[in-house]
Amino acid sequence: MRLCRVIGNVVATVKHPAYRGQILLIVQPIGEGGADIGTSFLAIDRVQAGPGDRVVVLTEGNGVRQIMQMGDILPIRSLVVGVVDRVDA
Amino acid sequence: MYLGRITGTVVATRKADGMEGQKLLLVQPVDDQLRENGPLQVAVDTVQSGPGDLVVLVGSREAALACQPHFVPVDAAIVGIVDQVDAPEREVDKTGKTGKAGNAGKAGKAGKA
Repeated sequence: MRLCRVIGNVVATVKHPAYRGQILLIVQPIGEGGADIGTSFLAIDRVQAGPGDRVVVLTEGNGVRQIMQMGDILPIRSLVVGVVDRVDA
Repeated sequence: MYLGRITGTVVATRKADGMEGQKLLLVQPVDDQLRENGPLQVAVDTVQSGPGDLVVLVGSREAALACQPHFVPVDAAIVGIVDQVDAPEREVDKTGKTGKAGNAGKAGKAGKA
């Protein structure tokens, strides 16, 4: 899992059936101080996160399938699984 | 999952078993400001997209799961056609050509999630 900041969202009407009704967020990996690390990527929202929120993002498909409970052939790879209140480092 | 711009189509008559009937497209991965990000990729299409479209891609094993029937031997699949990218803190340039280098510009290597 990675610590990220939500920087926006992506609107896509035509989607793979597995993505129907899901919200796609753009997340930027960050360090403990909040500085950007690497490039942003997309993740499905599971916790009603919004732009500016610091979040925990799961980036492993098997964990995503366990959480989403939508069967074994779910083509989703990254999922926002938590909104961070505080980081002590 | 990441964004990309479709730049062309790929035709391959002789393919590995399991890849028959899959539509292949050439895709340029882009970042949150729609600037080029990494080398061109060949991806399987699942949403009837075409050259010029900005799309959502999924990589690795999940790409195989996006195909019908699943477990096609591919490592990138197009799973959505983007209508709009909304990133208030970034200046998204819809043409993807004149984006100014920000933090993401000097980004190191980051795994495609």
